[in-house]
Amino acid sequence: MSTAQHWTSDAARLAPAVGGAVETAFARPRRLGSNRVREAAWAYLFLTPFFLGLLFFILGPVLAALAISFSTWDLLSPPRFVGLANYREMFADRLFLIALKNTVYFTVVSVPLTLLLALGLAAMMNRKLRGISVFRAIFFFPVTASIVAVSLLWAWMYTPDFGIINYALAQVGIPKVKWLVDPTTAMPSIILMTIWRSLGFNIVVFLAGLQSIPKDLYEAAELDGAGSWDRFRQITVPLLTPTIFFAGIMALISSFQVFEQTYIMTQGGPGNATLTLVYLIFQNGFTYLRMGYASALSFFLFAMLFVITVIQVRLQTRWVHYA
Amino acid sequence: MRNPGADMNSIISRRRLGDRLTYAVLVAGGLLMIFPFLWMLTTSFKDMGEVRMWPPTLFPRHLDLTNYRDIWHEYPMAQFLWNGFVIASLSTLGTLISCSLAGFALAQLNFPGRALLFLVVLCTILLPYQVRMVPIFIEMATLGWIDSFKPLIVPAFFGSAYGIFLMRQFFLGIPRDLKEAAILDGASPFAVFWQIFLPLSKPALTALGIVSFVTSWNDLLAPMIFITTFEKMPIALALSFFKGQGEALWPWLMAASVISMLPLMVVYLAAQRWFIEGLTFTGLKQ
Repeated sequence: MSTAQHWTSDAARLAPAVGGAVETAFARPRRLGSNRVREAAWAYLFLTPFFLGLLFFILGPVLAALAISFSTWDLLSPPRFVGLANYREMFADRLFLIALKNTVYFTVVSVPLTLLLALGLAAMMNRKLRGISVFRAIFFFPVTASIVAVSLLWAWMYTPDFGIINYALAQVGIPKVKWLVDPTTAMPSIILMTIWRSLGFNIVVFLAGLQSIPKDLYEAAELDGAGSWDRFRQITVPLLTPTIFFAGIMALISSFQVFEQTYIMTQGGPGNATLTLVYLIFQNGFTYLRMGYASALSFFLFAMLFVITVIQVRLQTRWVHYA
Repeated sequence: MRNPGADMNSIISRRRLGDRLTYAVLVAGGLLMIFPFLWMLTTSFKDMGEVRMWPPTLFPRHLDLTNYRDIWHEYPMAQFLWNGFVIASLSTLGTLISCSLAGFALAQLNFPGRALLFLVVLCTILLPYQVRMVPIFIEMATLGWIDSFKPLIVPAFFGSAYGIFLMRQFFLGIPRDLKEAAILDGASPFAVFWQIFLPLSKPALTALGIVSFVTSWNDLLAPMIFITTFEKMPIALALSFFKGQGEALWPWLMAASVISMLPLMVVYLAAQRWFIEGLTFTGLKQ
């Protein structure tokens, strides 16, 4: 044991390089079976917290949500089985249809715009220029900022009468926009703010993808006379498709969960124009204590995300190029 | 005949133009990113009269801290910050412990069901909190943990899929021979983990720690569900309540927002690399 102790403390320093050499040096006749069992036992021990977490906080709750969705339950009296009543109510619920439409609207507009903008900016930042890391840090900053603070900030900037955005627009002759106050502009306002906030994250993801593309491909193409747009279309985009796929899935999933912005900035209004699915789940579950209906809504959200992800994964073979 | 020299020149001049264009776009974009925060800061110094001025003043007329002082006196701001800090640091501690253990097992140990379990981890990354929150709320209510920090801290000790994935990817990068050799020499897998792998994984732990702290500090939905007493609220949740206290108090709201962002902003300036690497880790490894 003392040799092992000594060896391990040394190994911490030597670690990455020594690998194979050390193994040959220390090789002893393997005691196959028992060692394997011991290692597996340790592995399960290491994973015990995760197994419990899976049971109590991940898979358990998802299954529970399914079960609760077949009941009415206000937490005060025992749950009552109602079969598919919650789901039937859901598809007849005007608010649900509005929330679904708003959430899809938010996603369909914000996800492609965010990805396109991020891709373009990342391609620019991928050039070997001085000070690029500063830009990276600046664009990334809103990602780390508190969503509550940022929502308050944008609500203030969107104020029709004293807001800085309307002031800036007035300088170029654009009349006052009502932003969050007008049902037609409320959702676009939320989308604009969300793009601003999540751009940096996607830029950094794309930047990582771009940096893995071999530089000599570009040099060869440039000498062949390909312009920068051609190079972007013929080299960058195809080789970046795995990253675009990944970023797209992440963006889709997170945009279907949009809630904080609308909760802080518009409370779902005006006239339900920014009511989203998660907002509706929150209201039903924690304002009206309708656990059954809230669970049905959340299970619908889950099923929708699941189906969309599966479709994405299926479709990827058509357009994602893995090197 | 093609003249290679002329080609090179045209390529270089095209590049210069491209560089200038790139800088122009990046500077403009960077200003759009940073200006709102400057506007937040500027507004936080103004008084109620000044925020209603048209045209707006770009810089406050007086640089006084009245709003900050008033907020600090009116609300238990120090308490909110402390609550946020306690919740974020303890849940970060839990995440680091549980995720490094599970990540190590998935990357370095052999056991039946390993591939399947990793698939489960990947799938649970796609499973949003919102889908699980009703049953988790009921669990917490059953335990009598509502209106305490426990629902916001304890689950972290049982691992997060994202954190496990991050640690597993990191541990995969360390040669397995290292572990095999130590184990053949009689060290237990725990000793290998604790004495070899943990010291080597400081970069991954830092990145995961920052992600976990930032996420918890900024989280709104979970605290909204579980915390009801004003004095127990973490800063992000408390901030969300200020808006209801009078729509037009923008200087106050902005001052409170600055206070809520300041601690993380300082850390970001010092360690932005870790923020960026941690928060986009899964993207980097795809």
